[in-house]
Amino acid sequence: MRTRAAVLLALLVLAGAAKAEMPQQCLVARHLLEDGNRLPKVAAAIAARHLNVLVLGAGSSSLPGSGGAAMAYPARLKDALQTALPGVTVTLATDVTARRSAVEMADALAGDLKRAKPDLIVWQTGTVDAMQGADPDLFNQALDRGIATAKAHGADVILVNAQYSPRTESMIALGTYAEILRWVAVQHEVPMLDRFAVMKLWSDLGTFDLYSPTKALDTAGQVHNCIGQLLSVLIVDAAKPESPPQGGQ
Amino acid sequence: MAPVTSERDLRLDLFRGIALWLIFLDHIPSNAVSWITIRNYGFSDATEIFVFISGYTAAFVYGRAMRQHGFIVAAARILKRAWQIYVAHVFLFAIYLAEIAYVAHSFSNPLFTEEMGVLDFLRNPDVTIVQALLLKFKPVNMDVLPLYIMLLVGFAPVLWLLLRAPSLALIASATLYVLMDVFGWNIAAYPSGVWIFNPFAWQLLFVFGAWCALGGAKRLAPFIGSRVTLALAFAYLAFAFFVAMTWYFPRLAPYLPRIIGDNIYPIDKTNLDVLRILHFFALAVITVNFVRRDWPVLRTAWAEPAIICGQHSLAIFCLGVFLAFAGHFVFTEVSNRLLTHVIVSVSGIAIMVATAALLSWYKNVERGPRPPAAKPGFAGGEA
Repeated sequence: MRTRAAVLLALLVLAGAAKAEMPQQCLVARHLLEDGNRLPKVAAAIAARHLNVLVLGAGSSSLPGSGGAAMAYPARLKDALQTALPGVTVTLATDVTARRSAVEMADALAGDLKRAKPDLIVWQTGTVDAMQGADPDLFNQALDRGIATAKAHGADVILVNAQYSPRTESMIALGTYAEILRWVAVQHEVPMLDRFAVMKLWSDLGTFDLYSPTKALDTAGQVHNCIGQLLSVLIVDAAKPESPPQGGQ
Repeated sequence: MAPVTSERDLRLDLFRGIALWLIFLDHIPSNAVSWITIRNYGFSDATEIFVFISGYTAAFVYGRAMRQHGFIVAAARILKRAWQIYVAHVFLFAIYLAEIAYVAHSFSNPLFTEEMGVLDFLRNPDVTIVQALLLKFKPVNMDVLPLYIMLLVGFAPVLWLLLRAPSLALIASATLYVLMDVFGWNIAAYPSGVWIFNPFAWQLLFVFGAWCALGGAKRLAPFIGSRVTLALAFAYLAFAFFVAMTWYFPRLAPYLPRIIGDNIYPIDKTNLDVLRILHFFALAVITVNFVRRDWPVLRTAWAEPAIICGQHSLAIFCLGVFLAFAGHFVFTEVSNRLLTHVIVSVSGIAIMVATAALLSWYKNVERGPRPPAAKPGFAGGEA
């Protein structure tokens, strides 16, 4: 596995895609970003030198505490995008509230779109619905509705699925909701960050310890930083008009 | 109507035993060994096998009782069985509570604040425990037994009809399935949503299994044995296999014509999607063609571990759910390496087999001395 990561890293350096500020530990999951779907609105926004992003999410899009917001992935994504897109003004708004289902977020989306007028919506969902055992059909319909609303308002969408949370894995049945997210992403041709697979890989490789009980934000902050960095890579790749992303080749 | 053969078909026990093993492997979250289970290579999984064979054996056992002792006696036995399964379900729930309470007490991490919310129900046990007793609150992996209970509770009248007008019973079952699909029938769950295994949908496989046991299999034999059916079954399995591969290798996805993708997704497990039923049928057709009833291996020590598990399906199923909890506990508390996954999976199945062997032995002890001709453990087997 380490060799594979090294080879990947070398390839990335050769391709000139490695970002100096991206910690190496995030990069081991680089190959999981493979996604052929495009983000045309984002491409247009980058060309127009102003990219406006909205993060719509539930509890796992935030970190607790006074410094939590700055360490959570939305803030890290904004910084990463700003670095990756010199000369482009990147603004980022969040609509993040713990314990929100997909239906509630789809309801909130229309107001968000009017308020923030984003070019891109990063929509994190799946965990709360799985915890509540929400009706899978309603979950599916909420995703369809949200993506349709976003597209009608001229915004691209990226989906972000649930976290890999090993301790609660036998208590939250993510399966159905993860599958629906994947299908919706395929059907609507929107990119998805497979956060579950990424974090599982980090856990399996020992990149981050997701098991140990702690009250500190160290690991949580690093994980969120990497999620923000990877999202940035995914967004920039999907907005490149000329060629499909090279990840995992 | 063809008479029910008196000897139990060991293939049923064999495949139910294997299904129980696969369900165990699939129930351990993130288990690397679950890559070998059938759900990864097509649409259906071990649940279909389990429900179909449970219907088959229920008709086999209680059909005989209904013929010999009448409707009331058979119905009473069926309900007694449902009660046993209910008790088993509550027992599993108690184990689940113990596990979840331990995690709530010992784990905290700011990264998983949201996920830890799943433990909140411990704060109002008055509501949750009552909802669990009502079969509305069903934690992860505890959905199959409530389905089984519902299927058995409604089974006596279905069996009565199956014994008199099997085709009519099957048509009624299919009609219920269609009505379920049209009107979206399901049973409400707690705190929200619906039953993960919709009994109005899954009854179809159960009743179909029962129908096969009561002479339907004989009627289908010429159809199942035909080369065209076999070829279609293989073609469908190949198609499902390819679709399944596009889930793991996104680069294959463009080769799946869009019109197919638009029409097959989502493949609904809750409501037993037609694609899943067809996949199970294809597997069943191939199995029946290649694994004969008199297959010598069925009588050897190779098949016996799975067969005895299949013969004590309720106990072994419950044990499997418990072992899956325990296995996940080992992953989180001890080690999460690949070798641990293999050891946990193999020893879990070994414990299931050992327990089944113990149960067979005990059953024979209880039954007292038997004529030497009867092979211990094989004569009986539960519904």
